[in-house]
Amino acid sequence: MSGGTEELETLISLLAKVPGLGPRSARRAVLHLIKKRSQQMVPLAEAMHRVGLTARECLNCGNIGTTDICGICESEKRATGEICVVEDVADLWAMERSQVFKGRYHVLGGTLSALDAMGPDELRIPKLIDRVKSEEITEVILALSATIDGQTTAHYIADQLPGVSVTSLAQGVPVGGELDYLDDGTITAALRARKSL
Amino acid sequence: MRQARQMITWSDDAILLTARPHGETSVIVEVFTPVHGRHAGVVRGGVSRKMSPHLQPGAQVAVAWSARLESHLGSFKLEPVRSRAAIAMSDRLALAGLNGVTALLAHVLPEREAHAPLYDRTLGLLDLLGQEELWPLAYLRWEQALLEEMGYGLDLSACAVRGVNEDLAFVSPKSGRAVSREAAGAWADRLLPLPPVLAGQGEASHTEILRALGTTGWFIENRLIKALGDRPIPVARARLLDAIARHAKG
Repeated sequence: MSGGTEELETLISLLAKVPGLGPRSARRAVLHLIKKRSQQMVPLAEAMHRVGLTARECLNCGNIGTTDICGICESEKRATGEICVVEDVADLWAMERSQVFKGRYHVLGGTLSALDAMGPDELRIPKLIDRVKSEEITEVILALSATIDGQTTAHYIADQLPGVSVTSLAQGVPVGGELDYLDDGTITAALRARKSL
Repeated sequence: MRQARQMITWSDDAILLTARPHGETSVIVEVFTPVHGRHAGVVRGGVSRKMSPHLQPGAQVAVAWSARLESHLGSFKLEPVRSRAAIAMSDRLALAGLNGVTALLAHVLPEREAHAPLYDRTLGLLDLLGQEELWPLAYLRWEQALLEEMGYGLDLSACAVRGVNEDLAFVSPKSGRAVSREAAGAWADRLLPLPPVLAGQGEASHTEILRALGTTGWFIENRLIKALGDRPIPVARARLLDAIARHAKG
């Protein structure tokens, strides 16, 4: 780029670090934003500035919001006695998109992994145990990844919560899935979890 | 004119030990192969929906490795052969077992050194996953094979002091050889227990197997792992022992 465009280069290089974007797509995004300066660029910059100042983890569940306690934890309607445990905030948002679960959440911040030195203390498991006691939880739903690490974490949490109903999400054929395209592990899990019609 | 350097390539069967994300789309995996030992490499597109179910620890895969130089990390092309994740995830003991075996192998195997007999033993052990009654004893035999393969094998055929092969009750932590009760005498409290099941005799109850795993565990921790730089024994092994103890209690 020619001279006098240092700020633009800085913006492009910062955007290029965002997941899903590279230098080329960051450049396209910046050009697009400049063309739509008043409709998109300025509101985006203002929104980013506001969120940059206020974004924080909910002190209770670990969700990301702009207040110390997130809207889900504050809502009395969500005090159903059910708590859904997820690995990270993206999983919480995915569950919320489905609009099926009406209880509260708990974000662990990862899964147990010896390889990455992630033990129970590095995750928010002690906080979960406290919440189960203090919020009169009757069911803990473990919505963790169907991976070896995810299920190891699920078993560990279940061991830490004696006397509480601990359930986990089902594993099997996805909606719209065709058996021919599924891996053998998924087919095995689906067959084991078959139900009568 | 510059000549294109030829890529170094090989193909092998493998057991997947570890997988960790690398950048946005790739994964660095460590596999255990019969000919090339523990070997790492990049799997391009490893985080995709198509590939990620196959990149679970314990999965049996066919790998093709290529790199420009032998010393490079290189990249893997990977074909799934058999997944063990579904069996392991539905059973607490199998899950703990799979984690224990893969963590221990990733921890103690030297890189790029062939251990074909141990590979075959490991494959046999993983094939038994889900068979709760057989698995703990098979795991004990596998740990003995691991120690043997790594040069810390236990010699439990005869007493190291008197040469007799009766009433063998202890193992010397120094030599890894059996010691009879009579020969141990006042030194007994400095020796490790030798439950009969460790020598292939007597009852193979889960309690006895756990005692035997205490002895093999001592050699893994204090001999094998210490020689590798004093790193702690993988926590997955302790969780496996805990799972066997729970299973023993019913």
